[in-house]
Parts: sequence; structure tokens; C-alpha cells
Amino acid sequence: MKVQVVVMPKQSVLDPQGVAVRNALKDAGLETIDSVRVGKLLELEFKAPPTETKLQEVCLDLLSNPVIEEYTIHRL
Amino acid sequence: MKIAVVQFPGSNCDQDCLRALTDGLQVPAEYLWHKETSLSGFDAVVLPGGFSYGDYLRCGAIARFSPIMKAVITAASDGMPVIGVCNGFQILCEAGLLPGALIRNSSLRFVCKPVWLRVETGDTPFTAKIKQGRVLRMPVAHGEGSYFADVRTIDALEANHRVVFRYVDQSGNETPASNPNGSLRNIAGICNEARNVVGMMPHPDRAWDPNLGSEDGKLIFGSLVEALEPLAVR
Repeated sequence: MKVQVVVMPKQSVLDPQGVAVRNALKDAGLETIDSVRVGKLLELEFKAPPTETKLQEVCLDLLSNPVIEEYTIHRL
Repeated sequence: MKIAVVQFPGSNCDQDCLRALTDGLQVPAEYLWHKETSLSGFDAVVLPGGFSYGDYLRCGAIARFSPIMKAVITAASDGMPVIGVCNGFQILCEAGLLPGALIRNSSLRFVCKPVWLRVETGDTPFTAKIKQGRVLRMPVAHGEGSYFADVRTIDALEANHRVVFRYVDQSGNETPASNPNGSLRNIAGICNEARNVVGMMPHPDRAWDPNLGSEDGKLIFGSLVEALEPLAVR
């Protein structure tokens, strides 16, 4: 089975990368762009489905940094 | 006395740190590979700068799970002096030994240049020999050095005098221009509650000889040496 974990910078954290991409999108002609935030997507493949507890634990401990990021888990 | 310089795969300031100690201060120091599990025989730990694990995922995120980190966390809670420089600071934050996180520089650029730092407290093993308010010169070299924490954490750090270094101008004033990376409140280094664990983005390991442009880094490692061996004459 596959699990996708999406990690995004928290709203309260300045995302300079997002600002740079937004400005580039504007320059590329996407004039109505308001804001961009850049995160990451991790795709995890399992031989057997992990427990919810373990999955949450690794998301908190390793895949994201709760000081600056939020994550969402999508089981596919 | 013996000081450990931990080597992670991708560390690249390990030699700078070791030589700052052995050549700059003539104190015994040894490399310790990250697969080691014990700090026995060592009196202090340096986590050097670099790009541990290629900065994959987040800077310091993977190094934090290296076997030696368990020993570092235990030793830190027992009071052993621990300093993390640059990537070492990022690792200490990821390991939960220090609060907050180091995020992408606000300029989005890798910044490599000498900066001025004001010493905000002499109450750590790494600043005990330095007069509070003294301005030091040493380089920064990082892409992710912008210190971030929520307001409550920052206020608690300030209230407990746990901000150890701040980016300032040559005269010692905090200005936006003297902040190389967008760190909140110009924070360049902090310590833990017990004050034995210090993290800093600037490199004392690149400032211990006149040929390096500054000797101010010796004050930091020298403070440590004196903290470990109060009677040593240097």
C-alpha cells in the first residue's frame, strides 16, 4: 500500500521560497496570483499497512518539524 | 580533559573544530564517528558544521537519528557541555535539545561572510570568559540559518537570558542590516534551560588565528576549556 505525506510550512512561518515563486509567477503573466507556499510530498510504500500511531509518530519526529511545519497523511 | 568532535556523513567543519581545539588552544580533542554509541572518556562535545546527510529532508533532521545522538542527549541532560555550530545548531534543534528551528535565509541566498556578534550572557560554559556585551567577529556560512520559534518560546528565551549571541553591527547595535539571514530578534545563538547546551550559526572554528581574520573564536572554546579545567593555566 501507499501513503502520501504532505508537509507544508505553517502559516505563521515566513516562506521566502513561496514569495520568490509567487513573484516569478507574476512575472510569467499570472497576474492574479496572491500567494504561494512551497512544501513537499513524500510517497511511502509499504509491504503491510503501518499502524496509525506509528505513522503519526514518524510524521511528527522525522518527516516534519512541528515547530515550522504541518503535515497531512493520505492513505492511497 | 578530552573533547569530542562528532563526524556525521557530510560534516565539513569537523577539521576546523578539531584544529581550533588542538592547534588553537592546545587541548586534547578527537573525532567521534556518528555510529559510535558512547561518549565515555570525553568531557564535552562539539557538533560541527557541514551538510550532514546532504541536508536531506531538513537540515539536521536525519543526523538527529544517528546512534551517537542518544549518548549526546543523555550526556547533555547530565550537564556535559555541548556546542553545536552551524549544522550542529540545526541538529541540536532537530534533536529537541534546543527550542526553535533554523529555516531558509530570508534572502534565499547562501550567506558566507564575516559578521559581528554581541555576547548576551556570560552564563554558559562557552561564554564564561567573555564580558557580556562584547562584540565578536567571526564568519557565518549557511543557507538555512534564520532562527525561528513561536512568540511564546522567544519571549521565554529572552526572559531567561537564553539568547547567547545576537547579530549586531560593529558598534554593537542590532540593526536589520547586521542580520545576515532574517533571524527573529537578530538571534545568532541560544542555550538550553540548564545552560550547558549552546547552539550558534556563526563559526568560532573559523576564527582562532590571526591568519583566519579573527581570533575571537578562541574566546568561546577557551571559555569551555576553563569551564572544564578551572585551574589550567593558558
